[in-house]
Amino acid sequence: MSGYFILAILALAFVVTFQIAKASEYVSVLKGEEKTFRQNNRINAFLFIIFLVGGLAAAWWCNEAFYGKTLLAQPAASEHGEKIDLMLMITIAVTGVVFILTQVLLFWFAYKYQYTEKRVAYFFPHNNKLELIWTVVPAIFLTVLVGYGLYFWLKMTGDAPKDAQIVEITGKQFNWMVRYPGKDKVLGRKNYRLTDASSGNALGVDWEDGASHDDLEATEVHLVVNKPVQLVINAQDVIHDVGLVHFRLKMDAVPGIPTTLWFTPKYTTAQMKEITGNKNFVYEISCDQMCGAGHYSMRGVIVVETQAEYDAWLATKKPQYVILQEQNNPAPAAADSTSASKPLAQMN
Amino acid sequence: MSSETILHGHATEAAVHGHEAHGEHEHHHEDSFLTKYIFSTDHKMIAKQFLITGMIWAIIGGLFSVLFRLQLGYPDMSFPFLEDLFGKWAAGGRISNEFYYALVTMHGTILVFFVLTAGLSGTFANLLIPLQIGARDMASGFLNMLSYWFFFLASIVMFASLFIQTGPASGGWTIYPPLSALGQANEGSKLGMDFWLISMALFIVSSLLGGLNYISTILNLRTKGMSMTKMPLTIWAIFFTAVLGVLSFPVLLSGAVLLLFDRNLGTSFYLSEIVVKGEILPNEGGSAILFQHLFWFLGHPEVYIILLPAMGMVSEIMSVNSRKPIFGYLAMIASLFAICILAFLVWAHHMFVTGLNPFLGAFFVLLTLLIAVPSAIKVFNWLTTLWRGNIRFTPAMLFAIGFVSLFISGGLTGIFLGNSTLDIHLHDTYFVVAHFHIVMGVASFFGMFAGVYHWFPKMYGRYLNNTMSFIHFWVTLVGAYLIFWPMHYQGLAGMPRRYTDFSNWESFKNFAEMNRFISTVAMIVFAIQLLFVFNFFYSIFKGRKVTSQNPWGANTLEWTTPINPGHGNWPGELPEVHRWPYDYGKDGREFIPQTEPLGEGEAEH
Repeated sequence: MSGYFILAILALAFVVTFQIAKASEYVSVLKGEEKTFRQNNRINAFLFIIFLVGGLAAAWWCNEAFYGKTLLAQPAASEHGEKIDLMLMITIAVTGVVFILTQVLLFWFAYKYQYTEKRVAYFFPHNNKLELIWTVVPAIFLTVLVGYGLYFWLKMTGDAPKDAQIVEITGKQFNWMVRYPGKDKVLGRKNYRLTDASSGNALGVDWEDGASHDDLEATEVHLVVNKPVQLVINAQDVIHDVGLVHFRLKMDAVPGIPTTLWFTPKYTTAQMKEITGNKNFVYEISCDQMCGAGHYSMRGVIVVETQAEYDAWLATKKPQYVILQEQNNPAPAAADSTSASKPLAQMN
Repeated sequence: MSSETILHGHATEAAVHGHEAHGEHEHHHEDSFLTKYIFSTDHKMIAKQFLITGMIWAIIGGLFSVLFRLQLGYPDMSFPFLEDLFGKWAAGGRISNEFYYALVTMHGTILVFFVLTAGLSGTFANLLIPLQIGARDMASGFLNMLSYWFFFLASIVMFASLFIQTGPASGGWTIYPPLSALGQANEGSKLGMDFWLISMALFIVSSLLGGLNYISTILNLRTKGMSMTKMPLTIWAIFFTAVLGVLSFPVLLSGAVLLLFDRNLGTSFYLSEIVVKGEILPNEGGSAILFQHLFWFLGHPEVYIILLPAMGMVSEIMSVNSRKPIFGYLAMIASLFAICILAFLVWAHHMFVTGLNPFLGAFFVLLTLLIAVPSAIKVFNWLTTLWRGNIRFTPAMLFAIGFVSLFISGGLTGIFLGNSTLDIHLHDTYFVVAHFHIVMGVASFFGMFAGVYHWFPKMYGRYLNNTMSFIHFWVTLVGAYLIFWPMHYQGLAGMPRRYTDFSNWESFKNFAEMNRFISTVAMIVFAIQLLFVFNFFYSIFKGRKVTSQNPWGANTLEWTTPINPGHGNWPGELPEVHRWPYDYGKDGREFIPQTEPLGEGEAEH
């Protein structure tokens, strides 16, 4: 019912607008088109100034209202993120000045040089000096931006430190799967044709490869604060993207083409709860590449913690190979699991 | 027609040659309804066909955005009328996920290709090339007609895909495989995707037929005296647009054909090592990233295919209504040329986070940010064109000024995204949505509106209603900023695009209020566009009649034709050109048409 009501109001508003528009056309004929033109011209010129002043004020207000909700208001949680925030600030400063300057000139000129009978437009087809200035000056500023940008970019995309912890993360519709290399620090070989979630091998790990026997599988990523980590990123079905907003990073997960990404987390989850003042704070992994109907729900969690907390967590985990062994042959499993848990104990 | 009559065009209504008397002068055959309105080879009629088809698509595409904004703005509300209209797609009055993604995908596809490519360049290239260079028609009227009808066919196929049981394509307008290649992965990747690809193939044929025609017409059919450097900037912009289209659309075609093969013939161009919904696929050795290269090799020039014609029209309209020559005519052409070249060299800036080699990425950063230089030149030249002018705020001029404002706003955020360091953070967030909607969506629409308001008198011999035009402009300008400005903040909060619902995300859920605000404004702005559509169709039949041949006091050749030019445009001889198109305010004269010979000792410009 209310739907029809809204439609009726809209239709009415439409008719009224149309009638006014029609009437104003007749009035302009009566008043003389020249006079109407001049009146309209003054109104529109004035509106441009209103728009400029109102627009800048609204932009200011918008910033006051929403700045606190953006990531600008909280420190980046990785060293890479700090570089990105610095680059962001430099870019906002440069473009901000240009934005205000050009918008003010645009609307000010529109207002100031509105039609009057008294003025004759100034014939000014070109001026080499001026044109040279606004070719060279933007070029210089852009060189600075490109220089900073590439310096940071090559630093961030360079090789990971040798001591970086390796974590593999694999996307599929619509969740993330995590694998740790275990004590040998080598991820076991995979073969996608072996993938079989129902028999406990959702990642398609090749158990023939001994390096896979101590690999741990998890649903959450656990990281140690201030310790570099290298993510090895895979996808099983379609392209996904590991989006890490608080670290300011992201990298696509492409089927058939593994990618990597490294960074050093700076704050534990607990510290971030204090910094943001949000007791529910959690590092989230968002899928940032359209991946199907459940794209918006493809959420992962990263827990950044101290070394001690991390070790405690690790102690609760069993290698997937061992878990499967236990399931398949329950009797000898006892012996098997003790032998397999030894390495775990050594890691601790 | 002699040049004397044109000289006084603004004032002497008596000098107007009605087309009743002369228009069909040289064409003795009678046009039937079919040859005049349907299978017309007259460039002006084809332009109108493109424009009206584009408008229909714009309404559909715009409506789709209103529907998915309903979901984003009011995620907790249900709208029973949606279920009445869309059945299972909106069960319980709430837009389903599949439907949401189908709407987003079709919104993008329709607006980018069918409205802002076909509707914009199709319309104004067809209308303006022959009229402004002094030709009777396009180089090949028949190919031109085919160009429209291939577009029409593409439209039919795309429209039909909306009614398929499994829905239209829904993997995003960029249709990245494997998502778009695997029906198991996505409802929209079933039959809907084949329709999408076939429609796009037809669209590309249309675009190529049109583009080749535009280029050959501009190069070969200029009237006597119309050297390349005497052409209006509209024609230069359209020329570069056509070159971009002819060189880049075939690459998309190849990408689309390979995708069709992967989907239907079992090839592995884009597929490798895939396990989808537990099913292990045999494909190995393909590269999903290859498609992105092929797509963006068109996809990026496409942005300029959309934007350049708008820039050209804005330059022309701004000069006419400032009563001043466009500042730096040659610099304007040079910057168009520079943009055209760079457009081919920056495609991988859409792919910084795909695992692209960072060293390679560095070159794309450099080349991408280089585009800011010609863009800056254009902006400063437009500003200087306004400076010390005598500005008339016709509706077209309002939209031209609005265009510059939006181009500045959206262009500057491009400097953020083109910088790979920042792109790591901002890629695929609402910052990107805000950026490209302002600079390529709304700005190009403003260019298109400016063009429609300026050349409507030439198209239909009538004016659009001014009051409705002013309302249209102000609501759209304010609305566009209200919708897209706050989105930058969502982007800076890292909010990803293409999410139907943010309520489960600790990091993104505190923008619900802003989303509601944006959705509400979007609906108002959409309603105002309907007012424009109404104004357009009403004015075709009932608008105030144009009584003078040159209503805007412009220099270009289209205003030397009769008010309602027939097929062939000029009843008598083609006009001869003696000067550039921007002699406004020269030697104390308000304007000097291109057809007037240079005075003695008069400098060219």
